[in-house]
Amino acid sequence: MLDAFIDRIQAAQASGTPLVIQGGGSKTFYGNADEGEVLATRTLTGVVDYQPKELVLTARAGTPLAEIEALLAEQGQMLAFEPPHFGERPLPNPDGTAKQSTKPASGQVAAYLPLAGEGANVTPKPTHATLGGSIAAGLSGPRRPYAGAARDFVLGVRIIDGSGQPLRFGGQVIKNVAGYDVSRLMVGALGTLGLITEVSLKVLPKPATETTLQFELDEPAAILKMNQWAGQPLPLSATSWHAGLLTLRLSGAASAVQAAQARLGGETLKDAAAFWQRLRDQTTPFFDKRAPDSNQGLWRLSVKPTAPPLHLGDAQWIEWGGAVRWLISDAAADTLRKVAKTAGGHATLFRGTAPVDGAFTPLSPPLSVLHRNLKQRFDPGGILNRGRLYPDF
Amino acid sequence: MLSPAFLSQLRRLLPPHCVLNEREDLLPFESDGLAAYRNTPDVVALPENEAQVAAILQLCHQHKVAVVARGAGTGLSAGALPVDGAVLLVLAKLNRIKAIDPLARTATVEPGVRNQAISEAAASHGLYYAPDPSSQIACSIGGNVAENSGGVHCLKYGLTVHNILGLRAWTIDGQLLEIGGESLDAPGYDLLALLTGSEGMLAVITEVTVKLLPRPERAQVVLAAFNDVAMAGAAVGNIIAAGVIPAGLEMMDRLAIQAAEAFVHAGYPLDCEALLLCEVDGVNEEVSADIFTVRKVLEASGAIEIRTAESEEQRLKFWAGRKAAFPAVGRLAPDYYCMDGTIPRGQLPHVLKRIGEMSAEFGLAVANVFHAGDGNLHPLILFDANQPDGLHKAEEFGARILELCVEVGGTITGEHGVGLEKIRQMCTQFATPELTRFHEVKAAFDPDRLLNPGKAVPELHRCAEWGAMHVHGGQLPHPELPRF
Repeated sequence: MLDAFIDRIQAAQASGTPLVIQGGGSKTFYGNADEGEVLATRTLTGVVDYQPKELVLTARAGTPLAEIEALLAEQGQMLAFEPPHFGERPLPNPDGTAKQSTKPASGQVAAYLPLAGEGANVTPKPTHATLGGSIAAGLSGPRRPYAGAARDFVLGVRIIDGSGQPLRFGGQVIKNVAGYDVSRLMVGALGTLGLITEVSLKVLPKPATETTLQFELDEPAAILKMNQWAGQPLPLSATSWHAGLLTLRLSGAASAVQAAQARLGGETLKDAAAFWQRLRDQTTPFFDKRAPDSNQGLWRLSVKPTAPPLHLGDAQWIEWGGAVRWLISDAAADTLRKVAKTAGGHATLFRGTAPVDGAFTPLSPPLSVLHRNLKQRFDPGGILNRGRLYPDF
Repeated sequence: MLSPAFLSQLRRLLPPHCVLNEREDLLPFESDGLAAYRNTPDVVALPENEAQVAAILQLCHQHKVAVVARGAGTGLSAGALPVDGAVLLVLAKLNRIKAIDPLARTATVEPGVRNQAISEAAASHGLYYAPDPSSQIACSIGGNVAENSGGVHCLKYGLTVHNILGLRAWTIDGQLLEIGGESLDAPGYDLLALLTGSEGMLAVITEVTVKLLPRPERAQVVLAAFNDVAMAGAAVGNIIAAGVIPAGLEMMDRLAIQAAEAFVHAGYPLDCEALLLCEVDGVNEEVSADIFTVRKVLEASGAIEIRTAESEEQRLKFWAGRKAAFPAVGRLAPDYYCMDGTIPRGQLPHVLKRIGEMSAEFGLAVANVFHAGDGNLHPLILFDANQPDGLHKAEEFGARILELCVEVGGTITGEHGVGLEKIRQMCTQFATPELTRFHEVKAAFDPDRLLNPGKAVPELHRCAEWGAMHVHGGQLPHPELPRF
């Protein structure tokens, strides 16, 4: 199954042809523009192994996230980092259950996916986020500050590097300190270090109950509350603030959720599962508010969670207990990066036209050298997703 | 040997009491926690601040002198074993807690700060640092990052890599790397993960920002005895399948139980083959719900005795036996050798059976202590170093256990690191392309291979030699086969 990919990458390296790795195409907006021949992973599907008692799932990179999540849900388990799918998708039932469940077609291509021939430049529906794409992008959803990020759940990967060499790192066990942690290095590398072909993940039980509460609070008070509550033994699993409304999710045993609710007060939000899914997938109207024909971009400022209000306008949505501030802004990249740095973090142009030095905050010179050194070792020909992470490699 | 010219330049960088090279001063540094490996260092440098660390690295880089970083020296894989002709860079004096931010739940500390000191400093804010390697009273956070240390709570709270936010680290040529920080992520490659567990091979850490968690409102432990090791192993899977993620889930076999009971009188049932300790923690109501579930699952899984600790005193007593298991087993024989493999939990009965067979083959008793929740097995091989061949036999037995772990889909080290001790088994776990890539990652940071040379990743020609030895010994004949 992998031979075709190995041959393709070897040939591309020999001819110096840049390749653009494409899974479901749901995150093509993310990172810098890259050009090259499309290397589609959609034929690399199937759950290879799933042992609920071991809390480990291994699947090929092109497997749709939705398929994996449905399989896990059958066993009462989940991907705790809540990877975003993006694009329009059916919303869950009010009780949080999925509307449909698909059985994994181990080793087969799911019927509803276009069967792309090798290298075929078929535009996939932008709704089929894949496992490989999620790991390569390294993005996580609302549960991230309380349960961990994509990188925290990766136990092992198989990749094909830029010279066509298949490699495997990590494994299927939770504790493993043999060798450098190359598996996690792949998370968020946006395919620039190798084509991810298979991923092993730690999965977790779904909480027995979830309740979402809302509070009317101004921005400074909301930031303070989110941080104070995170420092107390409360079953928090997501937080959001927008337009004067703090929204907070509690997860756990029914008795624990009830006790926390009694303590915190607030109004119960109905249809909460849909609220969090829309936020995760950015299908909430806020994320489309960029004025057409303007320089506005959707910026993601990842900051110290206690950072005070940034005063960059009202088009703001706070997530992750204060650690992420989404902004719709036409401010200069340098301005936003400075603000983010002062706030203890960094700024990413998430959607919109990237500045000339790229969508991500430029690295310090020593870090930049290390990035290029690593890129050189994993992809000596510089053919994989060239420029997607940083324009210079 | 280091040249007098180099040594005099090194002395110029540090106050006189911070450079040791008299033999009696060097002896305390000749091994880390794995005392079977010893080598007297040529010189020990004990910098007192970050600028001195950077200056030492620059000097070593300029003279192409190797550097072995060392924290508290509690490591168990000879990762901090001195290398001939190298500077042993001891970071123990960088031991200040620079800041604790209770609202943001972070602590920024120097590498020589002890693991437990962080939790102690955070305690007044109701916070703590979660990873708790058993050496936490003594081990330092810098060493924890270098080894990606674990502990008994990894299944729920993760390893070091899951609990740190930022590092200040220096490359061998004296460049400062500021990685991560106060936000939850950083742009570019995940160098935080790459440096964590890199065993001092890529950079030298001078500051760590760790995450602090709220202290659980309540913790409660259930003890269960089984007549059969396989049943106890199955019970572990059943607890997890029931949706409970225990804070700690430990298993001991018969020999470990009896040794622990004789040593600390924890009140363990003695007429059983396996003992499980299952601790749940968190919000009060959650703990009650989980304890109820755990007891039900243990009953259904065939436990012959189940006890729930009803007080903090009883909880600590239940744990006392487990925590004293290593010294307790140590009383059974002049020496013991602690292994650190990880296996998929489902393989436990098979692995314990095979270890039992090997125990008979080698004529060495073995007690098994198991972080059952995360699959991390610590077989303790009993031997007598005064017997001719005693240590050698124990090491061979240990190597066979690690190869078995790889064979069943596990790994040669769950939390102790490779160091020098398990460098041979790296050839079993990884094939040539992966080992080559590890060397290239190293070269991306340290092309002259000056940081901790000879540790963690074996030279390929050494694997070939060892591979030949393995065939000769009738062991795994194809070490190049991928078996992860």
